[in-house]
Amino acid sequence: MLGFSLRSLWNRRFVAGLTVLAISLSVALILGVERLRDGARDSFANSASGIDLIVAPRGNSVQILMATVFGVGGTGTGMTWDSFEWLEDRPEVAWAVPIQMGDNHRGYPVIGTDASYFEHFRHSGGQPLSLAAGTFFTGDMADAAVVGAEVAARFGYAPGAVIVNAHGSGEVSFDLHDDAPFTISGVLAPTGTAVDRMVFVTLEGFDTLHAQDDAPLADPLDPAAMPADGHGEDDAHDDHDAQDDHDVHDAHHDHEAHGDHEGTEAGHGHEPDRINAVYVGLIDRTNVLGLQRAVNERPSGALSAVLPAVALAELWGIAGTAERAMRLMAWAVALAGMIGMVVMLSATLDTRRREFAILRSVGATPARIFGLIVTEAAILSAAGLILGLVLLSVATFVTDPILSARFGLRLGLNVFGASELATLFVIFCAGLLASLVPAVRVYRMTLADGLSVRL
Amino acid sequence: MHPLRIERLVYRWPGAERSTLGIGALSLASGESLFLYGPSGCGKSTLLSAIAGVVDVPKGVIHVADQDIGAVCGGTRDRFRVDHIGMIFQVFNLVPWLSALENVLLPCTFSQRRRARAGDNPARTARRLLDELGLSDPSLASKQAHELSVGQQQRVAAARALIGTPDLILADEPTSALDEATKAAFVDLLARECAEAGTALLFVSHDRSLERHFDRGVDFLALNGGAA
Repeated sequence: MLGFSLRSLWNRRFVAGLTVLAISLSVALILGVERLRDGARDSFANSASGIDLIVAPRGNSVQILMATVFGVGGTGTGMTWDSFEWLEDRPEVAWAVPIQMGDNHRGYPVIGTDASYFEHFRHSGGQPLSLAAGTFFTGDMADAAVVGAEVAARFGYAPGAVIVNAHGSGEVSFDLHDDAPFTISGVLAPTGTAVDRMVFVTLEGFDTLHAQDDAPLADPLDPAAMPADGHGEDDAHDDHDAQDDHDVHDAHHDHEAHGDHEGTEAGHGHEPDRINAVYVGLIDRTNVLGLQRAVNERPSGALSAVLPAVALAELWGIAGTAERAMRLMAWAVALAGMIGMVVMLSATLDTRRREFAILRSVGATPARIFGLIVTEAAILSAAGLILGLVLLSVATFVTDPILSARFGLRLGLNVFGASELATLFVIFCAGLLASLVPAVRVYRMTLADGLSVRL
Repeated sequence: MHPLRIERLVYRWPGAERSTLGIGALSLASGESLFLYGPSGCGKSTLLSAIAGVVDVPKGVIHVADQDIGAVCGGTRDRFRVDHIGMIFQVFNLVPWLSALENVLLPCTFSQRRRARAGDNPARTARRLLDELGLSDPSLASKQAHELSVGQQQRVAAARALIGTPDLILADEPTSALDEATKAAFVDLLARECAEAGTALLFVSHDRSLERHFDRGVDFLALNGGAA
């Protein structure tokens, strides 16, 4: 039966080939979309790997995540350095990285942080940041900047270049901090994450820009981020306006920076007045919920502690519509492929009536001819699946280096997971099921025609 | 054993007002060849369909190889047909995507009895049959059926009907697409092969000039007198 079907298909190899191609394209598309989606989700989920908790002024967790990890939007009012120190001193905290935001460099977000950022940040499944050129800045390089790969590529930056930042987050800004230029010390290697689009400066450098500024703009849509920060900082300051805060802080800084903290926290040479967020790593990750509760319940500092993984999942859920649309599209293509096969099998039935009558005259039962059609469909489907996998593998092989370099997507090579096998099985069964339409027609036809061989 | 025995056959197509067939008695002995002639559309093909078991006939009226065709049904009838009957049609006898040789061997793939009777090596038997039917060129055997001429196709069909020596061969106007010279040669070959193999041959045609090649001839209109 198999040989028969193969011979019969070979006789119609051009149309059969086209049918196989249509099926294979749909298979490759379905699995490709699925893999891209998985790759995108992994890369997305990995964009904050290594960070156990993000602490920021009270706000929506997705907003905090967007601002800190992706450099989009802001976290509203700043949190005090005291809050940072409180966090850093918690026994379960292994490390804490301060983050300042709110400036941009020609549209790219500027992050104020210290050298520990480069040490602790992880991307794409736990890889540390690495440099394409130059060096990371250290505590005593106040006017140093490290730029992400995309920023460097777009503007042709190399270590030694001098850049000027602007206030706010817009692409075009007239509020340039041209009195406070930075010298690029290093260019990061591509990560495929938002880090590629970021400019990193030291806390001290970031603060220099803002010597006359107050806290970053509050998001009017977020009530928690409205300028009510004073309440949370009663332990450190009285209810001053922002300008006074700076003054008080400067004195405060003189006392403390050279006092009890200097020896233990050498990483933070400069202690800014306000920061926007803190990346926190724990000694034991199982304590993360306890610390989150402690932060959220801390009476004196309206803070939110965000679990990056949870917030990323939430964000991914928002982006899920596009993902579903993509899958729907892929399955629609598969449906078109199946319909193409049914059309091909059905269209030839009339011209093959004679063939079926001959087969019946030499002893083939109608059931056998039914089986012939189903077998042909099975061969077409199976060939389509195999060719589709080949196409997918070739496409993956060719595009994997590009995707991983440019988008941080890593598609597995030739690894067929259980869900992919299930998908293939579903497509194969759909092919068989679809073939029942022409097969049933043939069955009826052969019974009605008998052996009479009409033109 | 009679390859074919018909008694009091009356058949009416479902929904038809008159009976198409009304045959009192017709039988064939082993190796006997019968020429059944009559005009087109008089029911000859219906008779062949009834014998082949494609149309439903009552029990006890048609026996092929002593088996009551009306008593078996469905797939059993299909298998019985290939075991005992070889068939040749007017035109387009062959499966176009198979080679001539594979077409000849078709009954052996569907019938164990035919395969068993085709000798140790059915392919060799098939080649011998093709050879005897004038298709000795080995390249012809491997050609696809649609590449052959009509005359060659009919001879391949004859070889297919003959392989595995069935009890009965039904030939439904197999010469209608052939020219005069080929026609006579084909019928002569077919009748001789059947006689040698001991296979009964029921040959239906409207062309009485072929009658001389057969043991006896019967006028279908006279035979079918029972049809009202």
